[in-house]
Amino acid sequence: MGETLLSVRGVTRRFPGVRALDHVDLEVRTGEVHALVGENGAGKSTLMNILGGVLSPDEGRIELAGRPVRFHDAHEAGQAGVAVVFQELSLVPNLSIAENIFANRQPTLAGGFVHRARLEADAQRLLELFQLALPPGRLVKHLSPAHAQLVEILKAISQRPRLLILDEPTSSLSGVETQLLFDNIRRMKLEGVSIIYISHHLPEVFAVADRVTVLRDGRRVATREVSEVDEETLVRLMVGRELSNVYGRREGEIGEELLRVEGATREPAFRDVTFSLRRGEIVGLAGLVGAGRTELGRAIFALERWQKGELYLEGRRLSLRDAHQAIAHHVGYLTEDRKAQGLFPRMSVRDNVIAPSLSRFARRLGWMSDRAATRFAEECRGMLSIATPSVLRRVAHLSGGNQQKVLFSAWTGIAPRVLIVDEPTRGVDVGARSDLYAYLRRLAGSGVGILLISSDLLEILGLSDRILVMREGRLVAEFGREEAGEEAIIAAATGVTAAAS
Amino acid sequence: MGETTSHVARLLRRLTDFREFMLLVIIIGACVGLALRSPVFLTVDNLLAVLLSVSIESIVAIGMTILLVSGGFDLSVGSAVALSGAAAAMALTAGWPVPLAVGTGLGVGALGGFCNGIVIAWLRINPFITTLAMMQILRGLLLAITKGKNISGLPDSFNMIGQGALWGIQYPIIIALVLILIGDVFLRYSRFFRQNYYIGGNERAAILSGIRVNRMKIFNYTLTGLLAGLAGVIMTARLGSATVTAGAYLELRVISAVIIGGASLAGGEGTVLGAFLGSLLMALIVNALTLLGIDIYWNTLVIGSTLLIAVLIDTLGKARQGQL
Ligand SMILES: Nc1ncnc2c1ncn2[C@@H]1O[C@H](COP(=O)(O)OP(=O)(O)OP(=O)(O)O)[C@@H](O)[C@H]1O
Ligand SMILES: [Mg+2]
Repeated sequence: MGETLLSVRGVTRRFPGVRALDHVDLEVRTGEVHALVGENGAGKSTLMNILGGVLSPDEGRIELAGRPVRFHDAHEAGQAGVAVVFQELSLVPNLSIAENIFANRQPTLAGGFVHRARLEADAQRLLELFQLALPPGRLVKHLSPAHAQLVEILKAISQRPRLLILDEPTSSLSGVETQLLFDNIRRMKLEGVSIIYISHHLPEVFAVADRVTVLRDGRRVATREVSEVDEETLVRLMVGRELSNVYGRREGEIGEELLRVEGATREPAFRDVTFSLRRGEIVGLAGLVGAGRTELGRAIFALERWQKGELYLEGRRLSLRDAHQAIAHHVGYLTEDRKAQGLFPRMSVRDNVIAPSLSRFARRLGWMSDRAATRFAEECRGMLSIATPSVLRRVAHLSGGNQQKVLFSAWTGIAPRVLIVDEPTRGVDVGARSDLYAYLRRLAGSGVGILLISSDLLEILGLSDRILVMREGRLVAEFGREEAGEEAIIAAATGVTAAAS
Repeated sequence: MGETTSHVARLLRRLTDFREFMLLVIIIGACVGLALRSPVFLTVDNLLAVLLSVSIESIVAIGMTILLVSGGFDLSVGSAVALSGAAAAMALTAGWPVPLAVGTGLGVGALGGFCNGIVIAWLRINPFITTLAMMQILRGLLLAITKGKNISGLPDSFNMIGQGALWGIQYPIIIALVLILIGDVFLRYSRFFRQNYYIGGNERAAILSGIRVNRMKIFNYTLTGLLAGLAGVIMTARLGSATVTAGAYLELRVISAVIIGGASLAGGEGTVLGAFLGSLLMALIVNALTLLGIDIYWNTLVIGSTLLIAVLIDTLGKARQGQL
């Protein structure tokens, strides 16, 4: 393997109340895929923000190809050949895919006018790398999170960087798209590009990385050849304790029917969907990105209109008109899109977790009780070990995984009877993920029905009592706990039957 | 003993985080300075004059604060003040009893606000365009109805509202202070009004959290219209006549005050008390210029600069704390 491209020495960065990075060293070779792993809040994104010129280090040195560098903004980093795909997307919703990919670098005609045809042709060529059949002129705001994520990656790739940084690039991708990303990573690697790859999914690390560095509490604890470590070792290095049986075991019995959906239709997202959910049951909803799972979840929560179909809760027919009514019936929905639809970034952790259950914290005459709100927020922080110096801190200052925990705990406040969770562990580290799973188990054990929408098949298989598979807006298969297997689900989700192959 | 001092220290640290506290310090500082420079300043009459000059704007500022907190705003309040004042005056000249005339004024204001709310919430037209249009529609209506003439000769029992006083304090000041107190407490502590911070913080997340965003918006614009209507009635009573130019540029002064008071156009921030202190600061500056014998024509320029400086200080402060 090649010589050192990037060398980070003793980099330290503090924020009020936390030391995000504490004398961190990192060395990345030319043509290497270097994975960076660690718990939520370990400092991964902070380090990448420093390499990408978004933040500056308090101490330490960075060398690129042997020369010391100090980036003052993202533009300088880009000039030096560093491209970053940030954890939170940074696309402009009202511009097209092509304009987003080539932001600031559009091909121009004489006089500085944008050369539209070439712009779109260039974008088209890039889209083909991921076999995306999207018109380059489509506005980014009309894209699903998965497609937006791919556009973000293409934007970085199109800069032809020497060092490409991917901060949790697969958090909104499904298996197929992840494979395509890996193909592209391998191709770039052959071209001599170095890649820093951050993920909480360790199998991905083993699939694509050459070496791995583990961060814990802002410190580097180890750098290893991937071929020389196994998953347990890595987890122990990250979490500092053994994790066994992360998915846990069902608590309590499955009771009578709680929720029934009959013939639900909303063209073109989903049609004629019928299923039921029982008390204490966890039902997994699998499918490819775009299969209509999110739309179905949103429709049950009354965020989208139904064209046809009926909803029964405990045997009573309901027609919910908005989320307010759904919550009043103790139906909750955890969105997959935490940045745009989930959190109030400039508000405190406390104000965020009480958002869906404001009235619970109001005393007589609708007066808010700060004390009760703080008590609940502290409970949430303890329950899911949310890393923040105070519950009064703005949510925007938390690390991605901790923001997800805030979003999750908000829904525990409504005393849910039915909880729809859409990609509940997006960006959450392995340790915290097992806490979340344990919590879901406990909820189910107390009689809550849980509809689990997830692109993580292992999660679906590990947690579900029953698994439903959606394809192109229809329910195409149902598996019991015992009969479900990875292949069967993928076959149902893609429509490629085992018999045909 | 040691406990109390640390309590005091903590309290002080908390206070300096608040825009209201900073404003209060600046205002007291300005008052002391003025009192030293001009013997007239600290007279009861002068102080009451300052308060009176901000009372009408402060009433409107309550509604505007709520709007800015929820991510909206309203350019039509100045026209609403003028039109509702004229509506009350016309009702009076038609021989209607005073309570009914006041009700008419309030109703006209509320109706204008309700229209804003409906267009913004249901038709999803942005608040800037909607209220820019409404500003001209209301002013245009006023001009068309009055044919540009002022309405005067109003009964004394009506003019009392703007000119009467209790223990030497004019009614407009009392009304404004009471409403500011109520508005501030409600926006801070009541569940219903606090929903506005969520709407301004992230509207889509607010919908998902079960907040009825459209209803809140319609309510907010209607409330702001109602308050503008009240301001219009008081203004007319104070002047003893309704003029077609009443409330000109009022919307800009009110928005400036609310922003100086800590609100941001991005939503999710701001308090009624802050907005009041913002108005007060601007009024004090005008008063200072007058007392110091500086030409009145400089007022607007100074006010504009104040707004810019206030926002700049805020932005720099946030950048220093790494909050941007
Ligand atoms: N702008 C900021 N202001 C204050 N604190 C910050 C800021 N950015 C990050 N932090 C803190 O720095 C620490 C490291 O955060 P960072 O985002 O680097 O974690 P991470 O390893 O990327 O976590 P995750 O896996 O959850 O994305 C966290 O405790 C976080 O709260
Ligand atoms: Mg991160």
